[in-house]
Amino acid sequence: MAGNVLEVKDLSVAYGKVEAVSKVSIAVGEGQIVTVIGPNGAGKTTTLSAIMGLLPSSGQVAFDGSIEQIPEVERMVVRGMNLVPEKRELFGTMSIEDNLLLGAFQRHRSGHKDHLETMEEVFTLFPRLKERRAQAAGTLSGGERQMLAVGRALMAKPKLLMLDEPSLGLAPLIVREIFRIIAELRRRGVSILLVEQNARAALQVADYAYVLENGAVKMQGEASELRNDPRVIESYLGLASKHQEMLAS
Amino acid sequence: MDADIFALLAQDGVTNGAIYALLALALVLVFAVTRIIFIPQGEFLAWGALTMAALEAGHYPGTVWLLLGAGVITFAADLFGGASARRRLGQSALWNLVYPVAVAAILYFMPLSELPQLVRVLAVLAIVVPLGPMIYRVAFQPVAEAPVLVLLIVSVALHLLMVGVGLLIFGPEGSRTLPFSEAQLAVGTLTLSGHTLVVLVASVALIVGLYLYFGRTLGGKALMATAINRNGARLMGISPALAGRQTFFFAALIGALSGLLVAPLTTVYYDSGFLIGLKGFVAAIIGGLASYPLAAGGAVLVGLLESFSSFWASAFKDVLVFTLIIPVLMLRSLNSHHVEEEE
Repeated sequence: MAGNVLEVKDLSVAYGKVEAVSKVSIAVGEGQIVTVIGPNGAGKTTTLSAIMGLLPSSGQVAFDGSIEQIPEVERMVVRGMNLVPEKRELFGTMSIEDNLLLGAFQRHRSGHKDHLETMEEVFTLFPRLKERRAQAAGTLSGGERQMLAVGRALMAKPKLLMLDEPSLGLAPLIVREIFRIIAELRRRGVSILLVEQNARAALQVADYAYVLENGAVKMQGEASELRNDPRVIESYLGLASKHQEMLAS
Repeated sequence: MDADIFALLAQDGVTNGAIYALLALALVLVFAVTRIIFIPQGEFLAWGALTMAALEAGHYPGTVWLLLGAGVITFAADLFGGASARRRLGQSALWNLVYPVAVAAILYFMPLSELPQLVRVLAVLAIVVPLGPMIYRVAFQPVAEAPVLVLLIVSVALHLLMVGVGLLIFGPEGSRTLPFSEAQLAVGTLTLSGHTLVVLVASVALIVGLYLYFGRTLGGKALMATAINRNGARLMGISPALAGRQTFFFAALIGALSGLLVAPLTTVYYDSGFLIGLKGFVAAIIGGLASYPLAAGGAVLVGLLESFSSFWASAFKDVLVFTLIIPVLMLRSLNSHHVEEEE
């Protein structure tokens, strides 16, 4: 596939002798939202961490046209990859403004002094952060924290944004808001790799999807097709999630 | 005890307290960013003081050889280290090979015994401070992700090594250096020595400088971010290795400066740093290894306790200072709750 911002081939990660992810291949096209869904413990977070260089892995990661033999976090950030982890990992005692500023750390170091304009853009996306810009990040609600985590990642002007369970632990209304923003980001030209347990919402917003089970890709295809695939419906979109969606709308 | 003696002891206590405060701040900073309990903090103090003494005596300071040697070892570590270190090999060569040779050469051609005091101060800093990042690179960076206990053991080993090296290059004799100011100020019945004022002003200036650096600059905020959340900082592209080296730069800077400040007050031996560093450590513990203002306040308390106990029970002055840690720990254990996993 031409125009892929990310191409992962045969990625394997082992914790000691236990292989958590084996030979996973994933591609994210330019300007696409690609989602990885699957149950708890399928290796979704591990896959993202390995692509980002947080975990040692074997296999090949090609990002933005060149292959990283050994991905290394700082270098991936410089090259335009950004991960919003499941735990958000905010700087709790620092203000929202400082958290955002640090998001632009590498960009600033490599000579781009446009962090103030970028911050204004982030504020138009998340007006609530602007209202509370001087407040410590640790005092925010769950939804606001997620917004700050995404906003902080956007400060680096990433080519590829990887989101790990952005809807985890959030109220349905906020989940909807988060997914609205994810769609808005694609409109602004950011490619997104989205890991989600909320399969229904993820398949609705995504262009392409992978189903990960026991550390391996079990199914893949256009998100619109997977949405109607009986196996996916049975395992991931069953009545329970239907119920959830009703609550969300 | 009359008011004069009281004032004298208080002056002494505050002066020493200011120096302990600097060391305590360095210890808190190093622990916050790297999780290392930095036992050898005092060694930088001894090296700074004794390098100054060597320069004053017109000797070529032995720490220059140390700088050259440490530079070669650090460069070798980068050369044989991972791919990321090799990518920055040019920079590494500049700082670890070219810079030490340049410092050694410049000092070699300088009339050491005739240097003005300020130039000597700069020379001491130029020699001793770069050793901080080098030591971090060689001793701690390879084990940066290890548990706190492992880091502590490395720290103790490093302390023993550094004291031994100190004995090797400075010998067993102690030295005292010239005060930065000979002035005597009479305030009422009390005479303030100029050097006391220099110590206080320098300490306060350094603390304010650090405060501004960490509160106002992106580089400083990046270090603080690493201290607050290492994973989060890594995801921003803030390299923990770079943060560690920067922190050790500050630790060495603070150590060498406090050595320069303390050497005119007391005779410094190759192993004096440990005891002075431990008193800074008591202060840092009072601040829970986390709070900078509490650590600084604790340092002044330690200084005062030391000077007053040297008046009443001089044989026990160190015992009294270190005993202070017991009630502090008891109070802390009563007040503090166990750290819970975030989210």
